[in-house]
Amino acid sequence: MIQAIAFYLFAAVVLISGAMTISSRNPVHSVLWLILAFFNAAGLMVLVGAEFIAMLLVIVYVGAVAVLFLFVVMMLDIDFAELRAGFVRYFGIGLVLAVALVCEILIGVFAWSAGGIDLARRAAPSEATVPNIVQIGNLLYSRYLFVFEGAGLVLLVAMIGAIVLTHRERSGARYQNIARQIARRPQDATRNMKPDVGQGVQL
Amino acid sequence: MTAFFNTTVGLPYGFAWFLATIIGILLIALPLMLAVAMIIYADRKIWAAMALRRGPNVVGPFGLLQSFADGLKVFLQETIVPAASNKALFLLAPIITFTVALIVWAVVPFQVGVVLADINVGLLYVLAASSLGVYGIILAGWASNSKYPFFSAIRAAAQMVSYEVAIGFVIISVVMWAGSFNLTAIVEAQKGLYGFVNGFGFNPLLFPMAVVFLISALAETQRAPFDLTEAESELVAGYQTEYSSMAFALYWLGEYANVLLMCALNATLFWGGYLPPFDWAPLYVVPGIIWLFAKILFFFFVFSWIKATVPRYRYDQLMRLGWKVFLPLSLFWVFLVSGVLMLMRVGV
Repeated sequence: MIQAIAFYLFAAVVLISGAMTISSRNPVHSVLWLILAFFNAAGLMVLVGAEFIAMLLVIVYVGAVAVLFLFVVMMLDIDFAELRAGFVRYFGIGLVLAVALVCEILIGVFAWSAGGIDLARRAAPSEATVPNIVQIGNLLYSRYLFVFEGAGLVLLVAMIGAIVLTHRERSGARYQNIARQIARRPQDATRNMKPDVGQGVQL
Repeated sequence: MTAFFNTTVGLPYGFAWFLATIIGILLIALPLMLAVAMIIYADRKIWAAMALRRGPNVVGPFGLLQSFADGLKVFLQETIVPAASNKALFLLAPIITFTVALIVWAVVPFQVGVVLADINVGLLYVLAASSLGVYGIILAGWASNSKYPFFSAIRAAAQMVSYEVAIGFVIISVVMWAGSFNLTAIVEAQKGLYGFVNGFGFNPLLFPMAVVFLISALAETQRAPFDLTEAESELVAGYQTEYSSMAFALYWLGEYANVLLMCALNATLFWGGYLPPFDWAPLYVVPGIIWLFAKILFFFFVFSWIKATVPRYRYDQLMRLGWKVFLPLSLFWVFLVSGVLMLMRVGV
């Protein structure tokens, strides 16, 4: 009973916020609706017993990715008239994409109602008693070790790529060298002088 | 408590669970609000004492009722919503901050089994909820439609995301050592280290991580010396500039609830949580909740002490500390801890 209520609540909020993401005028509002959608999707994950994935969804997407989205979108200077001009231009392609997506969803629904996939015959049947962090860990570090390491490698390459692409050496910029500042002693930087009257000091 | 309502009172299970959870939430949230009020007073008193001032001493005996007087004052103020602001988000932002500061307390264990939600991804829940905290601040800055709050929001976003990374790695080291994400299990794993102390912090391998966690916690809650988001000399009051009345009070309460939470996490992850500091039978007579509070208060004192004595960081120094010092250090420590754990397993 309460599961059904929770499911319909989360699912409805995901759908509504998904729709609001693409229909709201203000891009910041769009991102916020998207965050709400992520959050409720995490709720759905909890309902199916995948609490680890749910927490990761919130940490990674809501906590990091969406913050960066919001960060960028907040600083955008958006011309709404220009956006609406683009709407007519891309309407055809958008329509094709939408139709393709709807077809896929329909195929999915029909395939599922034709019998679905037997959960017991999955590649890695899950046991209800073992927490799913343990299950995922066991699988990742045994059966899927090379795929997992491969994914890690791809991420590493992407990370280095992002740094290489955005890093630029600015000539003339003066950086603070903390080690040098700390190593600097008063006797290196100052001199005690007793100049004669009218003589001044030589620097 | 669910069992009590279910069997003794005879309510259906669902309703009993609901009632027990509501009572549990109230049992945590109401004392927490009282604690926040007193801790604000304590903060001001400690700060004043270190500056050789008297601090609040007018309202009530020793000024103890100062926070309540302040609360009443803001409650009676008019809520001013700037005309150019984005009204819905402007009012939503403090609610997010306040809610997020409260929900994390659901997984903090006060005693064996005395925890609102004993979930096995407890620590991930903490990370997830604390990563939501940044929205309260970003939204406040953006929705105020005013330049100082906006600067503050941008600073806050970068700062909180940066230090969350370090906190994540610190947490991973602790989780590896304890072998669980469940906070109660982590506390229990700290029992009887070397046969006489309770706490990972006494382990020389994990102690540096306790220090990194403490400093990152300061940055995460935007306490001095990392209070760049509300640096009054540069940004008026940062993201809170346009807020007044209860919306402002929600930020105030949420901020201190977060500080208390970080102290509680520090106590739970490194200093034995509800366990007494030494594994000595007579100490266990004192209830665990008292030990936990003593540790929270001690760390709060450390926070106040730092606030009173350390000058504010510059923004580039803050970023340098987060990304160039803490991130490599904590990442290296993850390797070190896992290496040591593997070595310990060789003999077994």
